[in-house]
Amino acid sequence: MTDEQDVTVYALSTCGHCKKAKELLNECNVSYDSVEVDLLDSEERQAVLEDVKALNPRCSFPTIRIGEKVIVGYREDEIKEALGIS
Amino acid sequence: MNAQELYEKLKKVQEPKGYYFNKDRELVFELLEGLLANKERYGHMSCPCRLASGDLEKDKDIICPCVYREPDVREYGSCYCHLYVSEAWNNETIPHVVVPERRPVEKMF
Repeated sequence: MTDEQDVTVYALSTCGHCKKAKELLNECNVSYDSVEVDLLDSEERQAVLEDVKALNPRCSFPTIRIGEKVIVGYREDEIKEALGIS
Repeated sequence: MNAQELYEKLKKVQEPKGYYFNKDRELVFELLEGLLANKERYGHMSCPCRLASGDLEKDKDIICPCVYREPDVREYGSCYCHLYVSEAWNNETIPHVVVPERRPVEKMF
Protein backbone atom coordinates (compact mmCIF):
# COMPACT_ATOMS: atom_id res chain seq x y z
CA MET A 1 0.00 0.00 0.00
CA THR A 2 1.30 3.43 -0.90
CA ASP A 3 0.88 5.59 2.15
CA GLU A 4 1.62 8.82 0.36
CA GLN A 5 -1.41 8.70 -1.91
CA ASP A 6 -3.53 11.75 -1.63
CA VAL A 7 -7.13 10.69 -1.02
CA THR A 8 -10.18 12.95 -1.12
CA VAL A 9 -13.79 11.88 -0.70
CA TYR A 10 -16.48 14.21 -1.98
CA ALA A 11 -19.60 13.09 -0.19
CA LEU A 12 -23.09 13.96 0.96
CA SER A 13 -23.88 13.84 4.66
CA THR A 14 -27.10 11.90 3.96
CA CYS A 15 -25.80 9.32 1.51
CA GLY A 16 -25.36 5.67 2.46
CA HIS A 17 -22.83 4.92 -0.27
CA CYS A 18 -20.69 7.84 0.87
CA LYS A 19 -20.73 6.54 4.42
CA LYS A 20 -19.79 3.05 3.30
CA ALA A 21 -16.89 4.39 1.23
CA LYS A 22 -15.54 6.29 4.23
CA GLU A 23 -15.95 3.25 6.45
CA LEU A 24 -13.92 1.21 3.96
CA LEU A 25 -11.14 3.81 3.97
CA ASN A 26 -11.21 3.82 7.77
CA GLU A 27 -11.00 0.03 7.89
CA CYS A 28 -8.04 0.18 5.53
CA ASN A 29 -6.36 2.80 7.77
CA VAL A 30 -6.23 5.28 4.93
CA SER A 31 -6.12 8.93 5.84
CA TYR A 32 -8.23 11.11 3.60
CA ASP A 33 -9.85 14.48 3.26
CA SER A 34 -13.60 14.42 3.31
CA VAL A 35 -15.84 17.15 1.96
CA GLU A 36 -19.56 16.93 2.68
CA VAL A 37 -20.75 19.03 -0.20
CA ASP A 38 -24.36 19.39 0.95
CA LEU A 39 -23.23 21.04 4.19
CA LEU A 40 -21.26 23.81 2.48
CA ASP A 41 -22.69 27.29 2.03
CA SER A 42 -23.71 28.07 -1.53
CA GLU A 43 -20.53 29.94 -2.48
CA GLU A 44 -18.24 27.20 -1.17
CA ARG A 45 -20.49 24.56 -2.63
CA GLN A 46 -20.21 26.06 -6.10
CA ALA A 47 -16.43 26.16 -5.88
CA VAL A 48 -16.20 22.56 -4.67
CA LEU A 49 -18.67 21.39 -7.32
CA GLU A 50 -16.31 22.73 -9.97
CA ASP A 51 -13.61 20.46 -8.52
CA VAL A 52 -15.99 17.50 -8.42
CA LYS A 53 -17.15 18.17 -11.99
CA ALA A 54 -13.56 18.14 -13.19
CA LEU A 55 -13.16 14.65 -11.71
CA ASN A 56 -16.64 13.34 -12.44
CA PRO A 57 -18.71 15.33 -14.94
CA ARG A 58 -21.92 13.73 -13.63
CA CYS A 59 -21.15 15.14 -10.21
CA SER A 60 -22.54 12.15 -8.35
CA PHE A 61 -21.52 11.04 -4.87
CA PRO A 62 -19.29 9.73 -3.53
CA THR A 63 -16.61 10.88 -5.92
CA ILE A 64 -13.33 9.57 -4.59
CA ARG A 65 -9.93 10.72 -5.77
CA ILE A 66 -7.11 8.36 -4.94
CA GLY A 67 -3.89 9.81 -6.27
CA GLU A 68 -4.49 10.13 -10.00
CA LYS A 69 -7.47 7.78 -10.02
CA VAL A 70 -11.10 8.73 -9.69
CA ILE A 71 -13.73 6.31 -8.45
CA VAL A 72 -17.40 7.16 -8.63
CA GLY A 73 -19.70 5.38 -6.22
CA TYR A 74 -19.02 2.82 -3.56
CA ARG A 75 -17.06 0.32 -5.62
CA GLU A 76 -15.16 -1.63 -3.04
CA ASP A 77 -12.92 -3.55 -5.43
CA GLU A 78 -11.95 -0.47 -7.40
CA ILE A 79 -11.24 1.52 -4.26
CA LYS A 80 -9.01 -1.24 -2.90
CA GLU A 81 -7.27 -1.62 -6.23
CA ALA A 82 -6.57 2.11 -6.42
CA LEU A 83 -5.19 1.93 -2.90
CA GLY A 84 -3.01 -0.98 -3.92
CA ILE A 85 -4.53 -3.34 -1.35
CA SER A 86 -6.69 -5.58 -3.50
CA MET B 1 -42.13 12.28 12.21
CA ASN B 2 -39.24 10.03 13.12
CA ALA B 3 -37.53 7.45 10.92
CA GLN B 4 -39.51 4.55 12.37
CA GLU B 5 -42.81 6.29 11.64
CA LEU B 6 -41.64 7.15 8.15
CA TYR B 7 -40.60 3.54 7.63
CA GLU B 8 -44.03 2.21 8.62
CA LYS B 9 -45.84 4.79 6.53
CA LEU B 10 -43.82 4.20 3.37
CA LYS B 11 -43.74 0.43 3.73
CA LYS B 12 -47.52 0.30 3.74
CA VAL B 13 -47.75 2.28 0.51
CA GLN B 14 -44.71 1.03 -1.40
CA GLU B 15 -44.65 -2.71 -0.77
CA PRO B 16 -47.98 -3.40 -2.47
CA LYS B 17 -46.47 -1.67 -5.54
CA GLY B 18 -43.54 -4.09 -5.54
CA TYR B 19 -40.99 -1.73 -3.99
CA TYR B 20 -39.49 -3.23 -0.86
CA PHE B 21 -37.18 -1.67 1.66
CA ASN B 22 -33.72 -3.12 1.44
CA LYS B 23 -33.24 -5.86 4.00
CA ASP B 24 -30.12 -3.98 5.14
CA ARG B 25 -32.03 -2.25 7.90
CA GLU B 26 -29.10 -0.10 9.03
CA LEU B 27 -28.73 1.38 5.54
CA VAL B 28 -32.49 1.91 5.25
CA PHE B 29 -32.68 3.84 8.51
CA GLU B 30 -29.67 5.98 7.59
CA LEU B 31 -31.37 6.84 4.32
CA LEU B 32 -34.69 7.54 6.06
CA GLU B 33 -32.84 9.88 8.44
CA GLY B 34 -31.38 11.51 5.32
CA LEU B 35 -34.86 11.98 3.88
CA LEU B 36 -36.01 13.60 7.11
CA ALA B 37 -32.92 15.83 7.14
CA ASN B 38 -33.68 16.93 3.58
CA LYS B 39 -37.31 17.62 4.47
CA GLU B 40 -36.06 19.77 7.33
CA ARG B 41 -33.53 21.80 5.35
CA TYR B 42 -35.11 21.91 1.87
CA GLY B 43 -38.78 21.51 2.68
CA HIS B 44 -39.04 18.39 0.54
CA MET B 45 -37.81 14.83 0.86
CA SER B 46 -35.26 14.81 -1.91
CA CYS B 47 -33.07 11.80 -2.54
CA PRO B 48 -30.43 11.45 0.20
CA CYS B 49 -27.91 10.17 -2.35
CA ARG B 50 -28.07 13.17 -4.63
CA LEU B 51 -27.22 16.81 -4.16
CA ALA B 52 -30.46 18.78 -4.09
CA SER B 53 -30.72 22.42 -5.06
CA GLY B 54 -33.39 23.21 -2.51
CA ASP B 55 -35.56 24.52 -5.35
CA LEU B 56 -38.68 22.38 -5.48
CA GLU B 57 -39.08 22.72 -9.24
CA LYS B 58 -35.48 21.73 -9.95
CA ASP B 59 -35.55 18.88 -7.45
CA LYS B 60 -38.89 17.51 -8.60
CA ASP B 61 -37.41 14.45 -10.32
CA ILE B 62 -35.36 13.47 -7.25
CA ILE B 63 -38.06 13.75 -4.61
CA CYS B 64 -38.23 10.28 -3.11
CA PRO B 65 -39.44 8.04 -4.61
CA CYS B 66 -37.61 9.57 -7.54
CA VAL B 67 -38.71 9.19 -11.14
CA TYR B 68 -35.67 6.95 -11.75
CA ARG B 69 -36.71 4.35 -9.19
CA GLU B 70 -39.02 2.50 -11.56
CA PRO B 71 -36.48 1.93 -14.38
CA ASP B 72 -33.65 1.30 -11.89
CA VAL B 73 -35.54 -1.35 -9.93
CA ARG B 74 -36.67 -2.90 -13.21
CA GLU B 75 -33.13 -3.00 -14.63
CA TYR B 76 -30.96 -3.50 -11.54
CA GLY B 77 -33.36 -4.64 -8.83
CA SER B 78 -32.59 -1.55 -6.75
CA CYS B 79 -33.02 2.20 -6.79
CA TYR B 80 -29.93 4.41 -7.01
CA CYS B 81 -29.72 4.62 -3.19
CA HIS B 82 -30.43 0.92 -2.51
CA LEU B 83 -33.35 2.09 -0.38
CA TYR B 84 -36.07 0.48 -2.49
CA VAL B 85 -35.34 -2.89 -4.00
CA SER B 86 -37.13 -5.77 -5.68
CA GLU B 87 -37.99 -9.00 -3.92
CA ALA B 88 -35.27 -10.71 -5.95
CA TRP B 89 -32.66 -8.27 -4.59
CA ASN B 90 -33.65 -9.02 -1.00
CA ASN B 91 -33.73 -12.75 -1.74
CA GLU B 92 -30.27 -12.45 -3.30
CA THR B 93 -31.34 -14.24 -6.45
CA ILE B 94 -29.87 -11.37 -8.49
CA PRO B 95 -26.41 -9.81 -8.12
CA HIS B 96 -26.11 -6.71 -5.94
CA VAL B 97 -24.64 -4.18 -8.33
CA VAL B 98 -23.82 -0.50 -8.04
CA VAL B 99 -26.71 1.35 -9.67
CA PRO B 100 -25.34 4.00 -12.01
CA GLU B 101 -26.76 7.52 -11.94
CA ARG B 102 -29.60 7.72 -14.45
CA ARG B 103 -30.49 11.35 -13.82
CA PRO B 104 -29.55 13.40 -16.89
CA VAL B 105 -26.47 15.48 -16.22
CA GLU B 106 -28.17 18.70 -17.36
CA LYS B 107 -30.58 18.40 -14.42
CA MET B 108 -27.72 18.46 -11.93
CA PHE B 109 -26.96 22.15 -12.09
